[in-house]
Amino acid sequence: MKNSVDENFELNEVQTLEGHTDRVWSLAWKPAPGIDGVPAVLASCSGDRTVRIWEQSPATGCFQCKAVLEDTHTRTVRSCAWSPSGKFLATSSFDATTAIWEDAGGDFSCVATLEGHENEVKSVSWNASGSLLATCGRDKSVWIWEVLPHNEFECVSVLQGHTQDVKMVQWHPSVNILISCSYDNSIKVWAEDGDSDDWHCVQTLNQSNSGHTSTVWALSFNASGDKMVTCSDDLTIKIWGCDIIRMQSGDGYAPWMHISTLSGYHDRTIFSIHWSREGIICSGAADDAIRFFTESKDDLVDGPSYKLIYKKEKAHEMDINAVQWSSMENNRLASASDDGTIKIWEFISAPGKKMHL
Amino acid sequence: MTLGLINANPVVHAKRERFPRLDDPHTDDAYVRDIRDPEHPYSLEQLSVLSEESISVDEKLGRILISFTPTIQHCSMATVIGLCLREKLKDCFPPHFKVDIKVAPGSHANEESVNKQLNDKERVAAALENPNLRQLVEECLYSSEL
Repeated sequence: MKNSVDENFELNEVQTLEGHTDRVWSLAWKPAPGIDGVPAVLASCSGDRTVRIWEQSPATGCFQCKAVLEDTHTRTVRSCAWSPSGKFLATSSFDATTAIWEDAGGDFSCVATLEGHENEVKSVSWNASGSLLATCGRDKSVWIWEVLPHNEFECVSVLQGHTQDVKMVQWHPSVNILISCSYDNSIKVWAEDGDSDDWHCVQTLNQSNSGHTSTVWALSFNASGDKMVTCSDDLTIKIWGCDIIRMQSGDGYAPWMHISTLSGYHDRTIFSIHWSREGIICSGAADDAIRFFTESKDDLVDGPSYKLIYKKEKAHEMDINAVQWSSMENNRLASASDDGTIKIWEFISAPGKKMHL
Repeated sequence: MTLGLINANPVVHAKRERFPRLDDPHTDDAYVRDIRDPEHPYSLEQLSVLSEESISVDEKLGRILISFTPTIQHCSMATVIGLCLREKLKDCFPPHFKVDIKVAPGSHANEESVNKQLNDKERVAAALENPNLRQLVEECLYSSEL
C-alpha cells in the first residue's frame, strides 16, 4: 500500500454536523454569491428522506441547521445540486423523482417535481449557465431537462446507451457537454448535434481505452475543464484530459484521453472525488479515509503524473459517501458518511510553507 | 414474487450437532445459520447454503467476509439470500463493521454479476426500501425466531 505522504500538509477537523438520522449520501455547497459578507451554505441529503441546509454563522463561524426539507421525497434522497445562481436546489431520490426547491431567503419550497425515471434517480447536475438540468438512474437512462420560465421544466432528451445503472452525471464547467458514469464500468460523453437539438453519445471510455474495470461512482472536472478525474469500485482513480481549446471553439468534438491511473492507494471502493479550484483532488472511500492528490511536477518525461500528498484515516467511523471542496473558501472541505454525520475540514499547508502545486 | 418455487425439492440436511468449545462459546456462523430460506421452512444451514467455514470475522479490522452456496446454479433467490445475510449481520455486529458477501466460487451461473450486485451498497439500500422485498427479508430473518 503506497503511503507517500508529504509532511507539509494538515487536515484539521473544524466541526461535525449532526442531525440526519440515516446515512448522508451527498453534499452541495451553495455557489459563491460574488459579494462579500454572505455566509457559507451547505446542503446535505440522506437515507432519512430529508435534505438539510446548513449555514455558517457570521458571528461564531459555526454551521447550524437552518432548514430541513422533508415530507416531499418518500425514499432516500441520493443527490443534491444548487443551480449556478444559487436560487434553486435540485434533489434526486430513490422515489424516482427529482424535486426543485426555491430558496426564498432561507425558506425553501418545492416548486417543481420532475418525473419520468422508472426507478431510483441517482444524480442531478445543472449546466454552467443554469439553462439545463441532467438526471440519471437505475433505469440506465440519462435525462436532459430544459429550464423554462415560471418554474417549468421540460424533458428534451432521454439518453439510452449505458447497459446498467447510471451512478452520476456532471456537466462540463464551460462547454455544454455532459458526462455520465455507470455500474456498467464505462464513462459516456454526451453532446448536442450542432443545431438539431439532438443529444447523443459522442464517446465511451471503457476497459478497451484504459477505462475502469468495475462500477464508476463519480467524476469531477478541474477548474479549467481540460481534465477530469473518475473514481471506481476497481479501487483506482483515473485522470483524463481533452483539448479544451478545440472543444470550446465548437470545431467538432475533441475526445477525452487517458492521462494517468492512480492505483494501490485505496483498498475499498472509492465513492466520491472532487477536484478543487487549486488543483487538489480529494477522494472519499469505503475505508473511512479521505485522501488528497495533486499533480507531481517531477519527472514529466511521460506527461503529468499525480501523487498522494495526504491521507486521513478514520476521517469518519464508517464509509465516506461524499467529499466536496467549498465554493467559497479554498482550503475548506466537507465530507459525508454512512455514520450519519457531515464533517467540515480545513486542509492547510504547514505554517510558513507555501503549497507547492 | 414468482408464482412457482425456484427450487421445489431442496436437499435437506440434519442440523449439525455442536459441541460447545471451551474457548469459543459460539462459532461465527451462529449469527446466520438459522436464517430461513426464502422459499422453504428450513434454515440456510439445513439447506447447506451456509456452513461454519463460510464466514470469517476480523474483529480488529471490523470486517466480515461471508460466502454462501445457493442450492441450485441458476438460483434467482441468491440476491434475496444475500440481503438477508446483510441485514442479519447488521443486527449482530456494531455498525462500523464492513460486510463483503460472495457466492461460493463455482456455485452460481452468474457468480460475478450476483457478487457485484450484493456488494453495491446503493443497490442494497434501494432494494431494502422496496416494501415487498423488505417484507420477504424480514420473514426470513424473524420467522425463525418465533
